[in-house]
Amino acid sequence: MTTKIFKRPDGRKVDELREMEAKVGIVPNADGSAMFRFGETIAIAAVYGPKEHHPRNKRDPEKGTLRCEYNMLSFSVTDRIRPGPSRRSTEISKITQWALEPVVMTEKYANRVIDVHINILQANASTRCAGINAAAMALAHAGIPMKDLVSSVSIGKLDKQLVVDVNKYEEDWEEGEGATDIPITMTSKGKLTHIQLDGKITAPQLKEAIELARKATKEIYEVQKKALKDSVETK
Amino acid sequence: METSKITGDRIKKYLSEGKRFDGRKPEEFRNIEIEVGVSKNAEGSARVKIGNTEVIAGIKMNMGTPYPDSPDKGNMMVTAELLPLSSSRFESGPPRFPAIELARVVDRAIRESKVIQFEKLCIEKGEKVWTVFIDIYTINDDGNLLDAAGIAAIIALKNSKIPKYDAKEGKVLFGELTKDALPLEKEIPLSLTFHKIGDNFVVDPTREEEDVAETRVTIGSSNGIISSMQKGGCESLSVEEIGNALDMLEGVWKSVSEKIKKFI
Repeated sequence: MTTKIFKRPDGRKVDELREMEAKVGIVPNADGSAMFRFGETIAIAAVYGPKEHHPRNKRDPEKGTLRCEYNMLSFSVTDRIRPGPSRRSTEISKITQWALEPVVMTEKYANRVIDVHINILQANASTRCAGINAAAMALAHAGIPMKDLVSSVSIGKLDKQLVVDVNKYEEDWEEGEGATDIPITMTSKGKLTHIQLDGKITAPQLKEAIELARKATKEIYEVQKKALKDSVETK
Repeated sequence: METSKITGDRIKKYLSEGKRFDGRKPEEFRNIEIEVGVSKNAEGSARVKIGNTEVIAGIKMNMGTPYPDSPDKGNMMVTAELLPLSSSRFESGPPRFPAIELARVVDRAIRESKVIQFEKLCIEKGEKVWTVFIDIYTINDDGNLLDAAGIAAIIALKNSKIPKYDAKEGKVLFGELTKDALPLEKEIPLSLTFHKIGDNFVVDPTREEEDVAETRVTIGSSNGIISSMQKGGCESLSVEEIGNALDMLEGVWKSVSEKIKKFI
């Protein structure tokens, strides 16, 4: 790798996140709700439950069910998406559930269901990460017992350079080796609850990427924690 | 949560004395808050809050072929989603009747008022015209989604810019907007809904009030000219009653336009 300093198109340092904003209590009807923003990517999430699980045959007598739904508003991207679920959104919904479940104490809610609805209002890459961050906060805001929060970030490899929190421009990187996108979700204690990868990378560099994610998720965790604390203190 | 009969009876009793739970007059709207440009990848967007009710509308445009009966006019399509995020009553899945009706009522108010200058959205007669997509999403339902959606749609339209179009290549450059506003007429239509609760009409009902309303009538109008209507609910209205709703229209139309005038 060259030693010269890598210039990101928007002037950020390689390990610098975009500006973040977090807020809870944005949907008055919901039991818990939150907004999370990375730059121009805005996700909102609302939690309903724990509540009775229908249909009955889907009930789990051992633990509560976490049901996640990820959806992009049709106009959140430049090229309009047809409203309704797609293969992509169906997969992200499941990935989100897996990312959150390890920290949610579902064992307390046998036979019941917790609904988590995530909507992307505006997209500039890393939407699933913003969605997971908002969802984790909404669950905490709903007062659902959790062992920890989770925080999610996308690590990118642009040509040979690792960067934190990729935006759309970087996601479409074509020079050199192109772009590799690695969304990662971690607990505040550093356990991975979600990782995906699209592109190509060596094992040692992937280890490096995970270290970068560890550092970035700590920063995100502080933003999430502050928003949650502020909501209690202003009440 | 459904509204209980005891609450419904109390709402009716109060209204017979001209009173509402939140102290409003029957013809009075809640506070309206508006924000534009809430989703920057859209050609135009608006967030409208009426009390605790919140709706977001976004506009996207694409190049398409005109309908055979209007070869020199652009098209419009309205969709609405009652997001499960916005109420425990809304479920995931294909749109059910309330979402379809919401979209159709908003569609009619805009289309019939002829506020969009569709003839200016024709690029090549019979071949290429702009299609305007108006997509509406509910964020929190505390009653009167119908009117909130109508207001959000019109303000989003008012804030829209036409995307760049590469005529040589024949493709829309999504994400790049011209400085040209979407061509609209000056007179902006508002669709306003009158809900009959007991023997009285109210506007802008809260969720509880809407639950106990027997019937409703939505009127799309601009400056005294009525261009769309839809009665909903399974109770009948007398000639006198519909007259009463029409008598309320002008005052309500003026007060709502006053509240949103900065954005239209």
